Amino acid sequence: MTVETAVGLAVLLPLIGAAVVSRLGKVPNVRELASLLTAGGLFALVVTTILPVVRDGGRPRIELMEVFPGVPLAFEVEPLGMLFGLVASGLWIVTTIYAIGYMRGHDEVHQTRFFVCFALAIFGAMGVAFAANLFTLFLFYEAITLSTYPLVTHAGTDEAKRAGRIYLGVLMGTSVAFLLLAVLWTYYLTGTTEFRPGGILAGKAEGGTLVVLVALYAFGTGKAALMPFHKWLPAAMVAPTPVSALLHAVAVVKAGVFTVMKVFVYVLGLDLLRTSDASRWLTWVAAFTILTASIIALRKDNLKARLAYSTISQLAYIVLAAAIATPDSVIGGSMHIAMHAFGKITLFFCAGAIMVGAHKTKVSEMHGLGRRMPFTFLAFLLGSLSVIGVPPFGGSWSKWYMALGAAEAEQKFMIAVLMVSSLLSIGYLMPVVGRAFFSAPKPDPEHAGDADHATGARGIREAPLLCVAPPVFTALGCIALFFWPEGLYDLLAGMVGS
Amino acid sequence: MHPDLPALQIVVPLLSAPVCVLLRRPRLAWAVAMAATWFAFGNSIVILRHVLATGPISYALGGFPVPYGIELSIDSLNALVLVIVTGISAIVLIGSPRSLEREVPTERHYLVYTAYLLCMTGLLGMTITGDAFNIFVFLEISSLSSYSLISMGRTRRAVTSAFQYLVMGTIGGTFILLGIGLLYMVTGTLNLADMSQRLAMTGANRTVLVSLAFIVAGTSIKLAVFPLHIWLPNAYTFAPAIVTAFLAATATKVAFYILARFVYGVYGVQLAFGELRLDAVLLPLALLAMFVASTVAIFQRDVKRMLAYSSVAQVGYMLLGMSLANVDGLTGGIVHLFNHALIKSGLFLVMAVVLLSVGSTRLDDMRGLGRKLPLTMAAFVLGGLGLIGVPGTAGFVSKWYLILGALEDGLWPVAVLTLLSSLLAVVYVWRVIEVAYFQERPADAPEPEPAPASLLVPAWALLGASVWFGVFTSYSAGVAREAAEMLLGGGR
Amino acid sequence: MLGGPGLWNYWIVIILMMTGLYVVIAKGNLVKKMIGLNVFQVSVIMLYVCMGKVDGGTAPILADGFEVYSNPVPHVLMLTAIVVGVATTALGLSFVVRIHEAYGTIEEDEIQDLEGEV
Repeated sequence: MTVETAVGLAVLLPLIGAAVVSRLGKVPNVRELASLLTAGGLFALVVTTILPVVRDGGRPRIELMEVFPGVPLAFEVEPLGMLFGLVASGLWIVTTIYAIGYMRGHDEVHQTRFFVCFALAIFGAMGVAFAANLFTLFLFYEAITLSTYPLVTHAGTDEAKRAGRIYLGVLMGTSVAFLLLAVLWTYYLTGTTEFRPGGILAGKAEGGTLVVLVALYAFGTGKAALMPFHKWLPAAMVAPTPVSALLHAVAVVKAGVFTVMKVFVYVLGLDLLRTSDASRWLTWVAAFTILTASIIALRKDNLKARLAYSTISQLAYIVLAAAIATPDSVIGGSMHIAMHAFGKITLFFCAGAIMVGAHKTKVSEMHGLGRRMPFTFLAFLLGSLSVIGVPPFGGSWSKWYMALGAAEAEQKFMIAVLMVSSLLSIGYLMPVVGRAFFSAPKPDPEHAGDADHATGARGIREAPLLCVAPPVFTALGCIALFFWPEGLYDLLAGMVGS
Repeated sequence: MHPDLPALQIVVPLLSAPVCVLLRRPRLAWAVAMAATWFAFGNSIVILRHVLATGPISYALGGFPVPYGIELSIDSLNALVLVIVTGISAIVLIGSPRSLEREVPTERHYLVYTAYLLCMTGLLGMTITGDAFNIFVFLEISSLSSYSLISMGRTRRAVTSAFQYLVMGTIGGTFILLGIGLLYMVTGTLNLADMSQRLAMTGANRTVLVSLAFIVAGTSIKLAVFPLHIWLPNAYTFAPAIVTAFLAATATKVAFYILARFVYGVYGVQLAFGELRLDAVLLPLALLAMFVASTVAIFQRDVKRMLAYSSVAQVGYMLLGMSLANVDGLTGGIVHLFNHALIKSGLFLVMAVVLLSVGSTRLDDMRGLGRKLPLTMAAFVLGGLGLIGVPGTAGFVSKWYLILGALEDGLWPVAVLTLLSSLLAVVYVWRVIEVAYFQERPADAPEPEPAPASLLVPAWALLGASVWFGVFTSYSAGVAREAAEMLLGGGR
Repeated sequence: MLGGPGLWNYWIVIILMMTGLYVVIAKGNLVKKMIGLNVFQVSVIMLYVCMGKVDGGTAPILADGFEVYSNPVPHVLMLTAIVVGVATTALGLSFVVRIHEAYGTIEEDEIQDLEGEV
């Protein structure tokens, strides 16, 4: 199999998986096996055939058909897309394992629909990752939105429906009104939508046009959750936890920041951005989002809502890195896609495990839970530390490079923003762990007579194994990423040509 | 290609219509109509391929030399319209016996097929002819038969709707006749190509201006340009389901073609847009249609009626493409004619299934249908995505060209408004999706009957095609582009 | 082609047209609407007849001594237009009959009352 075929197959495989899974609704065990096999097969395919080629500087490209003059439906793998493809396909496996445990442990309905839509979302994510031009990227970007909509509204309640409306309204609205306009404008200015090293807009746009384009791209990518288009992310927490993991770590928001990063590097071009200063204002918007979201996170009692605002803040790091537009900041921002994915997926897995194992969703109810669910909360601790960005966890590397980039661009204020937000993230993440491990369980008046509660504090009562093993695994991943970041760095260095 | 195929394109359906009357038996009449429409479909494809390969065809009807006799003249634009009209007619007709069972007494089925064939003949005649007065005659053939088709709906409102359409349609037709008469006064010819050449010599004068005004107003009524659309929602809502699927995809599209033919082919860009400033009228109307009709669609309680208002809005997109008067914009308008025909007829076929299955197309009666009729509602979702213009569907292709056209003219507010208006489509499509998928079917609601394959397969074929043409655009956008270049380059 | 009696025949065309349109719009009785529609159509027929007429011209029969004759084309066209008009009227009136059967009235406002909300 040539590597070009492998690229096409990598995009297609989740779609095939979705088709197979949809036919297996009657036999849940086989259905889940099919999901797992597809996920594993995809990851193996990406790692064994595509990764080596891209790491050695290859850019495998497959062109399917010309849709508009000069605009084909085409895939091409470059370092940034490779990274996102690896993250999405790799974490899909872990999330599938977790989802099996969670969905069964929670007795969720419509499980077949769930796994089908999940595979479709990965299909969209792989398409976004490997897209060779803006048109292809936009197509799959919308595919992600549509395939995740049934996941967000999974519960079918009024609240879920409302969340679905906000989700669809914000993501569809921003992408159609801004992103599509930006894509067409770029096409009109340059006659192409291809991603090219160094960008395609140099010499084609300047001054105000460039600033407007930057704005359209940054705000048009609603999935990047830049304020004021962030509301959909907290709203979507009504979805089952594996969906939250998908939204926050695997596919959705990562597709958003990936799009921003990819457009800034390969369409707008770093040199053009730096010389024209067209993205300077965006650093302030990103900084505002980082700090505001962190402060809101401090005040949220619902664990998932707190994590959602934490995600908004972390995503803005990546937008900030893209807007600073130096090679180091871009590498740091891209690394952060992977680092944050591992950290945040751990936290969400834990939140779900707490829900399945102890039926608790609020931080204020988690007194002493750590003694009952030690593995879960240990994983939560490790994930938190990685998100905060302390060594020896992966998150420290990406922050380091972003700060380096900001220093390079002489934007000292932005370094301060990174520091302050790290402090804030300690403030909203550590109390969860602290409360769980170091404060005594409170008697619960509602369940006072509950036999289950009587033994509550004593003895280990974890969620099912399939819900606990994945967060432990991803938490260890966070550590591994600290000790072996060279592969990641070398891969991404190819993006900025250094 | 056999040289007489252009004539057969109209003669075969025209002669099949009286055969249906003579046969009377519903099955036989249907078989004749099927044979005639599928022949016409095949024929039109042969013609399109021929036109694309060797250029325009001119056929002197009855052997009288052009421009004295009546000429059938086919270029890439009307060849494409012929394919759309015949293709949709042929596909919609497949499921009609099953759908008509519920709505029209069996002893009158043959009349439906007769009127259907006559209507198609009229539409094909308008499209294929190169003679201005011929356009009027065929217009009236198609109009009269469509009035009677609409009046066959199962409620009494169908007749009042048909009457309302008859009054408005006749005024529209007479306006067109008047405009053609004034053009004849100025040019002394009825042949469209001839007219165009002589108008180039006379230039703009008051008679030319008045003739343009009458022709634009007349076709606008038939095209349901906002605010001359009042007949359309009633007619589409109360007509039998397959009639709506047929008319929605063909009648307004041919009216659009006629408008484009006159504005670009006869008056020419320089005269119509440069001197008479037609775009100053059409562009605001197009934008108004996109917003007002879409907003009205959001508040409808009957899904069929909602789709009818959506049609009025979609006409706005086509009109926008026409008023932009550059290659990309006009390509967008023409390709939207093609794409919207597929999407809307597919959606109305879905409504035919729903009507057959639950006996109503009211939103309230569609609660929980997503579980009961999964394939039907999945088709609706697919069509709805096309209406919104999600990438990968045909609607996106239209939008792409329209916005590009607006940017080329420097009209970026128009580009923004076009994008925003497509968000309104999200709202009205999603209302149906929420009701069908997230509301429980009321306990007292009757169990839906299974969806008949004879309607479901054509609906999926049309909507599947709309996805196909969202990616493989050479036959839709490619031909539309060629037609747009021809209209802009050769119109004058 | 104009000349002769001046433009007064065109004024008649315009008056007929406006009368017809007015009746169609203003009258609620469906039969009156049909009458208005007919008047409206007739005005256009008049227009065509006027434009074809050449002052002092005869019918287009080739015979010695008659050099000037009227343009036959618009006149012939109007034969078709008259047929169309008759067909429209017939269809329209048949609708009126069916509306009368269904509603028991042919007054537009009464029909609307019977339907309740539109």
